[in-house]
Parts: sequence; C-alpha cells; structure tokens
Amino acid sequence: MIRYMIGRVTSLCLSLVVASMVIFTVVEIVPGDPAAYMLGVNARPDTIAALRTELGLDLPTAQRYVAWVTGMLQGDFGTSYTYRTPVSQMVADRIAVSLPLALLALAITVVIAFPAGIYAASHRGRTGDLGVMGATQLGIAVPNFWFAMILVLIFAIKLRWVSAGGFPGWDAGLFKGLKALILPAFALALPQAAILTRVMRSSLLDMLNEDFIRTARAKGLSRRQALWRHAVRNALIPVLTIIGLQFSFLLAGGIVIEQVFFLPGMGRLIFQAISSRDLIVVESVVMLLIASVIIVNFAVDLAYAAVDPRLRTGA
Amino acid sequence: MSLLRISNLSLSIAQIPILHEVSLEIAPGEIVAITGESGSGKSMTALATIGLQPEGAKVEGRIELDGTDLLTLTEPQMCSVRGARIGMVFQEPMTALNPVQTIGAQVAETILQHEAVSRTEALDRARAVLNRVGLPAARFPLSRYPHQLSGGQRQRVVIAMAIALRPHLLIADEPTTALDVTTQARILDLLKDLTRDFGMGLMMITHDLAVVAGMADRIAVMQNGRIVEAGPTAQLFSAMRHPYTRALFEASTHEVDLPPAPPPEPLLVVRNVVRTYRQPRTRLFGARPEVHAVDDVSFTLHHGERLGLVGESGCGKSTLTRAILGLEPVQSGTITVDGAPVWTGLRPNFEVRRKMQVVFQDPYSSFNPRHRVERLVAEPFNLLPDPPRGAAREARVAEALVAVGLKASDASRYIHEFSGGQRQRIAIARALINDPTMIVFDEAVSALDVSVRAQCLDLIADLCRRRPLSYLFISHDLSVVRSITDRVMVMQAGAIVEQGPTQQVFSNPQHPYTQALLAAAPKLPDMKKASHGT
Repeated sequence: MIRYMIGRVTSLCLSLVVASMVIFTVVEIVPGDPAAYMLGVNARPDTIAALRTELGLDLPTAQRYVAWVTGMLQGDFGTSYTYRTPVSQMVADRIAVSLPLALLALAITVVIAFPAGIYAASHRGRTGDLGVMGATQLGIAVPNFWFAMILVLIFAIKLRWVSAGGFPGWDAGLFKGLKALILPAFALALPQAAILTRVMRSSLLDMLNEDFIRTARAKGLSRRQALWRHAVRNALIPVLTIIGLQFSFLLAGGIVIEQVFFLPGMGRLIFQAISSRDLIVVESVVMLLIASVIIVNFAVDLAYAAVDPRLRTGA
Repeated sequence: MSLLRISNLSLSIAQIPILHEVSLEIAPGEIVAITGESGSGKSMTALATIGLQPEGAKVEGRIELDGTDLLTLTEPQMCSVRGARIGMVFQEPMTALNPVQTIGAQVAETILQHEAVSRTEALDRARAVLNRVGLPAARFPLSRYPHQLSGGQRQRVVIAMAIALRPHLLIADEPTTALDVTTQARILDLLKDLTRDFGMGLMMITHDLAVVAGMADRIAVMQNGRIVEAGPTAQLFSAMRHPYTRALFEASTHEVDLPPAPPPEPLLVVRNVVRTYRQPRTRLFGARPEVHAVDDVSFTLHHGERLGLVGESGCGKSTLTRAILGLEPVQSGTITVDGAPVWTGLRPNFEVRRKMQVVFQDPYSSFNPRHRVERLVAEPFNLLPDPPRGAAREARVAEALVAVGLKASDASRYIHEFSGGQRQRIAIARALINDPTMIVFDEAVSALDVSVRAQCLDLIADLCRRRPLSYLFISHDLSVVRSITDRVMVMQAGAIVEQGPTQQVFSNPQHPYTQALLAAAPKLPDMKKASHGT
C-alpha cells in the first residue's frame, strides 16, 4: 500500500511540473507583449519598458518560470494585466462559487446515478429498467442549458422557491449561498447523472455475470444479497473513473450554466480573461484547473486502492 | 435410504429441451460421477439440483433431498438449502472468488448466512474449515485476498465455503479441470477425504473418465441430456453396454499411429536459452528481484521429428514457446531454425518466422470473429515476400481446408458457424498453408472434448503420414503427449529436467518430478484396454 501511495504521489508531482512547464512555454510563445497590451496602442516605449521591468518581463525565461512557480506555491499568482488586481484574489472569489457548485453537482449526480443504476441492473429487461434507460437517453440528449431554463421556469418563476439567478455571496449566509447554487447544480448534474447511471448499470451487469456471483448464490445468498454484497463494490471501479472525469468537467465546464444563472464562476473568468488577452490570468487559471484535474485523478487512484485490494500490493 | 433422489428431471429453456427424464440417486457417503462431453447436460443437472438453472428454464420432475422435493420449494426456502444442505464447488477457481473480499470473510459468509452467530465466531469457524481443507493459519491467514493464492489454493477456499456447514450433499462441477495434474490429484484426495469424514454425498461432474475412474462409487454417463448408462464404477467399465460409453472410453485412451521419424537432421536448435523477468521491488529502494522463467534450456528438434514438452503451469513452457516463435527476445543463448537465428539484433527474423507456425489452445478466442475463414486461413501469406493472389490464393486456401478435413466452400463462412473441433482444424489449416518446416502446438487439444480431441490427434498423425511435418507439441496432458510424440521433454521451474524417447520416459521415468507427474495423472482401468487389443 505504501509503495502504491508513493508511486501515485510521484506521478502526481511529475504531472504538475510537466503541466506547469507546458503552460509557461505556450504563454511565452504566444505573440504580443502584455505590457504593450495593458498600456494600449498610444503608450510611449519608455513607459512600456518601465512596466516590463515592474512586471518582471525583462528577466530571463528560466528565472521567470521559477518565480512564477514559487509565487504560485506561496499563493501569489501575479497581478492581472487588465484589472491590476492580484490574480489570486480574483481566482479565489470565483473558486468560492465554482468549487461548491461542482461538488454539489457531483453529489447530486452520484445520489441520482447510484440508486438508478443499481435499480436498472437488478431489474434488467423489465419495465423499471426500460424506464430508467429511457430517462437516461433523454438526459444525455438534452443540453444542460435547456434543463437550466426549464428549472428556472418551474422553481424560480412559477413556484418562486429560489431566485432565477445571481449569487448573493457566502457572506449572506450558507443557506442563501446554497439556495442560489441548487438550480445550476441540478442543471449541471442531470446529464452527468444520466451518463453515470448507464455506466453503473452496465458495470453492475458485467459483475452479475461473474463466476463469484454464482458462488455467492451457491452459498445461499439471494439475488439481492449477492448484488449488494458482491457486485456493487466490484462495479465501482469503472464508475470511479467516470466520476473523476466528470468532476473535472464540472469544475471548469460550467460556463454556459454560469451564464444562464449569472454566476461569477471560473468559466466566466476564463472567458473574460481570454477576450481581454489577460494572459497572466489565463495562465494561472489554466494551471489551477490542470492541478485540480491531476489532484482529482490522484484521489480516484486512492479510491481504486480502497476498493480493490489487488492494487494495494502494487502488483 | 438415498440422500438425493432425482427422478424424471426434464429441463427446457425457451422450448428447447436440455434434459430428458434424468434419474439419479446418491446415498450418504457415496461418490457419484456424472460424465459426458460438453453440452451433454451434466452441468445443467448439477445447477438444477441446487436450483441455479438459468432464469426462464422450465423444470419438471422431482429432486428429493432427504425426502423433500426441492422443486416445490420457494426461492427463499431454496436460499436456506443452498450453502447449508447443499454445497457447490465450481470449475474455475481463478474467478469463483470475489476479488475484493478476504478469504476469511468469504468463508465466514456461508456461516453467517445460515446461522445466527457473531462475526467473530463465524471467523473462528472459517479458520477451522480452512485448516481442514489444507490452508493452515500460519501461511494462509484469514486476511488473505484471492489474488494472493494459486489456483489450487483458491479451489481449496471454494471447497471450504461449500463444506463450512457440513452439507449433506456436495456438488463439484469439474472441480479440477482448470488445475495442473499434481494439484488435481491433491484436490481429488481432499474431496474423497471430506466425503468419507463428513458422510456427505458427492455429485462429481467431469468430462474426464480417468478422473472419476479412481474415485467414484458409481458413474452416470450423459449424452444429449439423457443418462445413457449408469452403474457401479467397476461394473460400468467392464460392461460398457452403451456404444456412447464405449466411444467415450476409447476416445479417452486414444492412441495414434505415427509414421517413423526420418534420420535425425537438426531443424530447431535451442542452446542455453535464458529468459528472466524483473519483478516489482519488494522494498522501496531495493533491487528488483529477477525470476528465471527459462533457465539454461538446450534441446534440438530434428527434421520430421515430433517433440513433446510437458510441464505444469508456471514452469516456463509458454515463455519458451514465445522465444522459439521469435515473439520476444531472450537474455542469453541462441535459438536457430535451419541454422538461422529467430531473433537478429533487436528485431525478429522474418525469414525464419515464415518457416514456423503455431496452433493455440483456445479455438474460441484465437480467431478474429469479423473475418471470413478464407482471410483467417490466408493470414500467414502476409509473411511471404510475394503472396499468391486471386485464383492461386483461393486454391491454396481450399487445399489447406481440405487437408484438415473441411470443405473448400467453408472458406466463405465466418468462424462462429463452426464448432470447437472444427475451429481447431481451421487453426491447423492456417498453420499449414505456408508449408512451414515446423509447427508449434501450444496446448492445441486441451480445450476440446475427448472425442473431438481424438479426431484432431488423428488428423495430426494423418498429416504426418502425408507430408514431412516437424512439430513441438506442448501440453500439460501426459496421455496426449504420449501417443503423438517421438521424444518428450519434461520442464520444471524453467529448466528441462528430463528428456528422451517418449515411451522410455513414460515407462521408466528417471527424474523425481517426472515420476511425480506420472503418478499424479489419473488413469483409466486397464482391463478394457487389454480386451480391446489396442
């Protein structure tokens, strides 16, 4: 187990280093001088030069890479070219929205998909299964912004349970914050839940055909007991992979939903930063997202090991 | 009074009859074997007895256990019978256990399922049962996972689960088919001991007559869902009233006539071959231990010679085969065919590879299901610098198919339209199409039923008579190797421990390992063989 952990941690660190190098190089190659962008077309060359010095752009590449990485490790992501505020502050504000939103959406995904998948698998070929499979087909086919609009129509406009959009900030209280996120989380989660339900179902059906299920039945377990005690845990391995992918998507891919609900999230920040050529923001946010994906994958690897003893021995 | 009485059991799935009026009795302490070829209904009889027949199967007749008709019980009632009064052991020990649970938990589960005892007590009892089946606490703590055990050890765990509550009836469905001969002998001994000690009835399902000849009190022979002959073992073997029983027996003891081998002229020369694999580190910064899969192996296969290679799983015969075929390089030593190395520098030598073909074990997974037979058989043409095309190609394919006893018109069919035996013929046709100087048969008949196996062996012998054929025949099955080879090598732990003329090695084995292998191999009684004059 310890060797497995060390292997995973090493791979985690290496991935982060490689990713940071790639991002830094790409941003280096992109044409255009950020200082010139910030100051506009009419800026005097000596002003630009002064700003370059101020931003540290005149230092050698290697030195700037080291400065960038050490800065990030200390929580200093540099200063936004356009807004002239610390990037860390901007990102922190957005993460405060996007991370809870992603976690909430993921929780909803799992809460819907696990029971639905298990139910469909244990009722294979019967009406219940067909119903669940039909619903997932719909969930995958319909775009999430459409779900978002329908949800707004029902819960915000008709029932008036929640507001149609905007985010009051966590200062307004945990409950108010969550309330603002619940509809977007559902809109994000439904298509993901549909996908995960299908994965859960087919993975479980594969497991139910395994020899050890027959062994369990020969011991006197009922069909249901064999499913819960022997099939579910084995079926989780492919499901965990998908959950890992989904979380990464939910964290950064929510821009459409953020637009529909007027949420100040990461997706919008990236969008704005790219349109205003705020490279330092793009660079930092991309690095953060990559780091989060790598860390989520690391967590998934640990979850594999928790589920499957074969991985723990490092064989 | 009988423990199990099956009377007029019929079973059909979607109107297709699988079992016809099967009747069978097992007394306490008695071992009754059900034998027959695949598809004869022997496994279905076992599954119906424990009530695990496929969903939607229609079952008629009576299955009485201790006087209760199991077919009248509800599913929850059946659940309380399974595991407690009937235990079952399956064929494939590698997949019969849940990979994510410890062996202790899995054995204890049988007890917890049926008795209101604490988990600690169940685990204590599981410990005792595991000790009983030959997995002592010192080497096999309850916290072991299945992947840490060998096939034979896993089968012992499965047996422990099945007997934990001392069921009256134990059903063993091909319990040793997937195991090596020496392991098989030990598992069969364990089953016999348990039956005697516990006074259980044992229903033993196997396709191998030799396995049951040594242990069963009575034998029932099944064909096409019917019991065609049944009786006490000795009586059945001496009478053999039904032609199918006789055919089975003859197929099991089948011997082929090989033409004499030509004078020796080296073809394949293997010299001091070593192949090691690196294993994962055991300690964090320690060196990676090396395992010698093939350890200083040398031998020669002559032109026209039929050479056997025998050994148990893990002995290195597959690694050696891959090295000979040039599928992977070796660390040291040389392998040459007609003087040319199979591996030159960093790449395989295609000149040599062209001269060799291989027939693999599994006729079901060694073909691409989306290609027609014509394309499958013609595949070795890819090795030729100038492969035949058009009519010439068709003629060669047809010729190869006819040579193995199939029709030229089979070329346009797909592989799923053929039975296992026919598929193995197609594999042989594929191996023959380039007129190779040498063929490697890697467990080529191990997955086949005895009668189909006999036909395939006849085919190989027949091909030997019609064309010069040299082959290396790899098998774990000693009886097959005995009749189909001129010379045999015995491999153990990566090394060849004995080699010599086949008859000599079998009748007068020198190495202790060869002796152990031969002693462990199940044998059919000789009486019938003598009276048949074979």
